[in-house]
Amino acid sequence: MYAQMVKSEAADGEQTPEDRAFQARIDRGEKIEPKDWMPEGYRKTLIRQIGQHAHSEIVGQLPEGNWITRAPTLERKQILLAKVQDEAGHGLYLYSAAETLGVSRDELFEKLHSGAMKYSSIFNYPTLTWADMGAIGWLVDGAAIMNQVPLQRTSYGPYSRAMIRICKEESFHQRQGYSIMMKMAGGTPEQKEMAQDALNRFWYPSLMMFGPSDKDSVHSAQSMAWKIKINTNDELRQKFVDETVPQAEYLGLTVPDPDLAWNAGRGHYDFTEPDWTEFFDVLKGNGPCNEERLGARVKAWEDGAWFREGLSAHAEKAAARRLAAE
Amino acid sequence: MKKEWPLWEIFIRGQHGLNHRHVGSLHAPDAEMAINHARDVYTRRKEGVSIWVVESADITASAPSDKGPLFDPAEDKVYRHPTFFDIPDEVGHM
Ligand SMILES: [Fe+2]
Ligand SMILES: [Fe+2]
Repeated sequence: MYAQMVKSEAADGEQTPEDRAFQARIDRGEKIEPKDWMPEGYRKTLIRQIGQHAHSEIVGQLPEGNWITRAPTLERKQILLAKVQDEAGHGLYLYSAAETLGVSRDELFEKLHSGAMKYSSIFNYPTLTWADMGAIGWLVDGAAIMNQVPLQRTSYGPYSRAMIRICKEESFHQRQGYSIMMKMAGGTPEQKEMAQDALNRFWYPSLMMFGPSDKDSVHSAQSMAWKIKINTNDELRQKFVDETVPQAEYLGLTVPDPDLAWNAGRGHYDFTEPDWTEFFDVLKGNGPCNEERLGARVKAWEDGAWFREGLSAHAEKAAARRLAAE
Repeated sequence: MKKEWPLWEIFIRGQHGLNHRHVGSLHAPDAEMAINHARDVYTRRKEGVSIWVVESADITASAPSDKGPLFDPAEDKVYRHPTFFDIPDEVGHM
């Protein structure tokens, strides 16, 4: 998931008649639109979740942006460029959705830059080789799809519409990644080794994307009642493992989990949970690339200030000229 | 100076002959830049043949609480639909 561990603002105290009517609308499958009445907790939780999701799309450009200049062919470079540009678009759709809840774009950026708001832990890992571009598209976008597909049915209209738009584009992301993996895994022994190494490094961080185990996620119930979370973390993680393992087998690569085994009784793969201490540590800011990623965002924001202001000044001047000419 | 670019609502005509449809919003300093940004944000896959941009602040929307007074009156006017009238088969196509 691109939004991990979003703290849910459960209603404190008694449910008011408005709260109950609101919940009834959600239970009937109605969409909530920006001007509709909504509980303060719903609004706040959504800002947090959509904001975190938007930040993840934007910060998520950085690990892949790292390889645009070093893509092995012009075609791969164009594809990666298009993929990264899509992620910028995803961020923009989601920021717009968050803004309908009464938070400003600048506020969201400020909260990202100050560390008050988070982005997905996955983007705090480095991209060391070209094979990582394959692993990210295949696994990271794959995990994102797992989460985003059900969110198309979320109760908040603008969020749902943003998810529908995003899901249409994600399949390209995953397939271009898998295509890189196929090329690498079918290449020279060194290339195959790079592909295996990328899988080794991205497997557990990808499993972490779905957030902590259900028994440790305290905020799920309210978010699920509000239909801003559709499946539990463990459900989605299991689904991801079940889908991904055969894809790794096709590539001739080994999932780095000695205890991974098909469980015929359950009809699912048994697998090893990721190291949750590492997860919480990365979330706290101690991952291998936290400083670098956030630093790059802050620098882009600050370096771009003169340009944003210049365009505003130009727009004001042009408007004044038009007015004078009328 | 610290000011956010205003918000624009974006409408795209998907194909010739169709209406422009609201697709989302974005920030831009002026209308011209809004169109440029809309091209990049909303038509990366040939989703459109024409773009309209309108500053969000210029849109007046009906209030959710007016839903009843505005739209309920249409509910008991089923005779506005052709299927309300039974026309005998002998009359032929109508
Ligand atoms: Fe995305
Ligand atoms: Fe993606």
